[in-house]
Amino acid sequence: MSDILEVASLAVDIPLAAGVLHPVQGVSFSIGRGETLCLVGESGCGKSLTALAIMDLLPRTAIRTADTLTLNGEDILNAGEGRMSDLRGNAMAMIFQEPMTSLNPAYTIGNQLEEALLRHRRVSRRDARDRAVMLLEKVGITAAASRLRQYPHQLSGGLRQRVMIAMSLMCGPALIIADEPTTALDVTIQAQILLLLAELQKEFHMGLLLITHDLGVVARVADRVVVMYAGQIVETGTAEQVFAAPRHPYTQGLLECIPIPGKTRRGANLGAIPGMVPTLIGDIQGCRFRERCTFAMPACAADVSFRPAEARDHVYRCLLTPAECADNFHRKVPA
Amino acid sequence: MSGLIVEIRDVHQTFRISAGTFRGTRPLRAVNGVSLAIEQGEVLGLVGESGCGKTTLARMMLGLLEPTAGSILVKGRPIQEFDRLEIARLLQPIFQDPYSSLNPRKSVGAIITLPLRVQNDPRPETWRQRVEEIMTLVGLQRRLYNSYPNQLSGGQRQRVAIARALINRPQVVICDEPTSALDVSVQSQILNLLQDLRRELGLTYVLISHNLAVVEHMATRVAVMYLGRIVEAADTDSLFKSPRHPYTQALLQSVLTPDPLLGVPDAQLGAAYPNPLEPPSGCTFHPRCPHAMPHCSAVPPRSVPTAAGHVECHLHDDAQGRQRLAS
Amino acid sequence: MAPPQDAATEGIVVRAALADGAIIEPTPATLLRRRVLGHAGLLVGGGVLVLIVLVALLAPWLAPHDPLDQELARKLIPPIWHDSAKATWTHPLGTDGFGRDYLSRLIYGARISLLIGVAAMLISGVIGTALGVTAGYFGGRVDMVVNFIITSRLSLPVVLVALAVVSLVGNSLWIVICVLGLLIWDRFAVVMRSSTQQVRNLDYVAAAQALGCSKARIIIAEIMPNVANNLIVVATLEMAHAILLEAALSFLGLGVQPPQPSWGLMVAEGKGYMFFDPWLVGIPGAALFALVLAINLMGDGVRDVTAPERRN
Repeated sequence: MSDILEVASLAVDIPLAAGVLHPVQGVSFSIGRGETLCLVGESGCGKSLTALAIMDLLPRTAIRTADTLTLNGEDILNAGEGRMSDLRGNAMAMIFQEPMTSLNPAYTIGNQLEEALLRHRRVSRRDARDRAVMLLEKVGITAAASRLRQYPHQLSGGLRQRVMIAMSLMCGPALIIADEPTTALDVTIQAQILLLLAELQKEFHMGLLLITHDLGVVARVADRVVVMYAGQIVETGTAEQVFAAPRHPYTQGLLECIPIPGKTRRGANLGAIPGMVPTLIGDIQGCRFRERCTFAMPACAADVSFRPAEARDHVYRCLLTPAECADNFHRKVPA
Repeated sequence: MSGLIVEIRDVHQTFRISAGTFRGTRPLRAVNGVSLAIEQGEVLGLVGESGCGKTTLARMMLGLLEPTAGSILVKGRPIQEFDRLEIARLLQPIFQDPYSSLNPRKSVGAIITLPLRVQNDPRPETWRQRVEEIMTLVGLQRRLYNSYPNQLSGGQRQRVAIARALINRPQVVICDEPTSALDVSVQSQILNLLQDLRRELGLTYVLISHNLAVVEHMATRVAVMYLGRIVEAADTDSLFKSPRHPYTQALLQSVLTPDPLLGVPDAQLGAAYPNPLEPPSGCTFHPRCPHAMPHCSAVPPRSVPTAAGHVECHLHDDAQGRQRLAS
Repeated sequence: MAPPQDAATEGIVVRAALADGAIIEPTPATLLRRRVLGHAGLLVGGGVLVLIVLVALLAPWLAPHDPLDQELARKLIPPIWHDSAKATWTHPLGTDGFGRDYLSRLIYGARISLLIGVAAMLISGVIGTALGVTAGYFGGRVDMVVNFIITSRLSLPVVLVALAVVSLVGNSLWIVICVLGLLIWDRFAVVMRSSTQQVRNLDYVAAAQALGCSKARIIIAEIMPNVANNLIVVATLEMAHAILLEAALSFLGLGVQPPQPSWGLMVAEGKGYMFFDPWLVGIPGAALFALVLAINLMGDGVRDVTAPERRN
């Protein structure tokens, strides 16, 4: 099973007045057909910029470098804007967070859906319209044909997001990148949209790169998880590995922070990660997390590379051994 | 410790929305008959999704909005009898967005001093010291006194908002999604802070949130709102262990705990989300309810007391409902 | 929902603080100073304006002659750069049809233009801001009434009304200023109204209300500082507008009265000689152009530095 997306050592550098900002450093992962990979981290960790880097939608001043960046085997690192423009919306589609602003309020839903297809395929407008109706029904919008004539402001947030999903599917992409697709939605709608994405992914055999800060979403939806901090990947593994046996102190810290009904004791303090995200400007060495890590050692000041946990496909970037990490976690969070 | 601080009696808030040019206005019943009693020292969680009216209710509690019907009593007296300074001493808000809840042109010190200034607090020479004391209490470094909001992180800004709300030692703090706009690691810091402050200062909280995990962690009692009404209220344990209203059940099912072995739950609510301008007849939840009965679309349910609180649902009201429940 | 992520700008930089929580982003004052010093238009426009203001203030010391001093023997001397026997350094910019020194008239004319510009801007600013902020803050019926007033004002042709009033009431400098001030407040009102509406619904205004702040305090302390940048931009535009209007009125004979040296009047008086002695029109025209350009550049600059996200 060849990978749909392969990313190796992706880095983004942005020169600023104060120095060079490194919001993404050495990010590597791959997504296979039918696989859901979740990029999780807090604000400033570089996850959104990673997605923009893959789509080549970075701001003009940003510099993107990578060892490998391929989509379906095709190199998209050096592809020109023309080729990228052909691929966007076509072989890879993006769903954004804010359904209010990602649809053009001046055009009908039908118009935008049809344009998404007509831009990349030579089909008649009638065929485009039929496909739009089919996909709207697939995403669970009733009376799809009449909806085509509606404008975005006439739909609720949840419906708009469904339209966005339908729009991303118009050309049958191999990869969908969803950046916080449910964060702006209500809890009940969020569950529906996530279910929908999972179903569609299975049916169309697509790869899904889901970017979010919500650990609950990640646990329920992801096949594989990539945890990012301060521009770097700190832990990668399957969802079960990362959530049942988190190794990196940051991942552990995150899991200790969230209240879990039935598990965290009411009135007791939640875990907390002291300090703040470090600066990403200039030459940075060593583990980015060391200033907030309870287990930091002098050796952490030098660059830390990945090491495997018990399973080979579960790696994390820390000097502590898997056994030590497991110990630390269990001491704080009794099973 | 006990005693009612705020009593909300059958309060309504109806906005008039233009129905188009020359077509007059339509009513939007944002709050449609809510009754609540808030006891001193408790943490009342108010949960619901967008359009349920929880923010409108909060504004009425703060005295920022006058109910179109019904009454709000604060310490036994109608809220209209209080002047705005008195209300400000009793009830204070904390808002969701730390980026818009602080005036960008004012320094942190000026923002936190404003409550003292407005109340014409005597002895202005003590103001600076008191501001610095409360800054320390909420975990802000004193040297941030002269900083501006744009120099602070989201968590720090939220602490400034908390300091501003608490400097005059109010009794009730209404927290409208206090941590929704913050990162997970900052969220836990702020939640811990809110809990510590509650213990230290003897505060009462009304915690409005759509994040049920946070509500379960912090609240002693929970009220669930849907389209302007409270459909269920109970103490936290009872509500989370045995939710009665089908909407509450769906909400709880939709909470995504970080358990990788579970998938995404299907609460079977259907795609139709009600338009608050055109609420469904009878029980407003009936189009989405998996247990809807024929008369649910005709007759609005009445509030039925339960062991833990109350619920508004035909399933718990009449014989037909109870039969359906049992089956 | 995580806070907004700015991709390439200072946004990310300044939100990433050092580990101990130290602040690396400078204060708003420092940021502003940096932006001002980096903006060419603002510096050039502001510089020229300051120069003209200084010239106006120091007129009695700078002007070589009395601007009202007529001497028909010396009339129509061309400026110093003309290749003519008559040109002399006594009158570097020449003289007009009445023998008055043009440089002195130009310098004193700056006073009149600036006075009218600033005074009319202040009067219209007060009226327009009061109306706009009130409408924006209170909304509802108040907004409706103010909108009606604004629409009525917009349907008046400014120049014709100014002419009519001046011809009825008579024209002195102050009448011209009042007439202009009472006519050009509409942009103030419109901009202040929409700015106020934007700020009105922010949480910090609700927080101030919850603290028990009076409406007056909220408007003055919470809202005004946050709409001030828009106010300044409109003020500079309206100042330029007032100056040009006065020039037009004076040109038509219903503005400042001769022998006062208003630039517009100088153009009017020089109109008859335009083809033979074009400097009579060119010099005051160039001065007007420079002043208005400087004001507009400065206004653009203020807009850019106070709202950098609007720059493209």
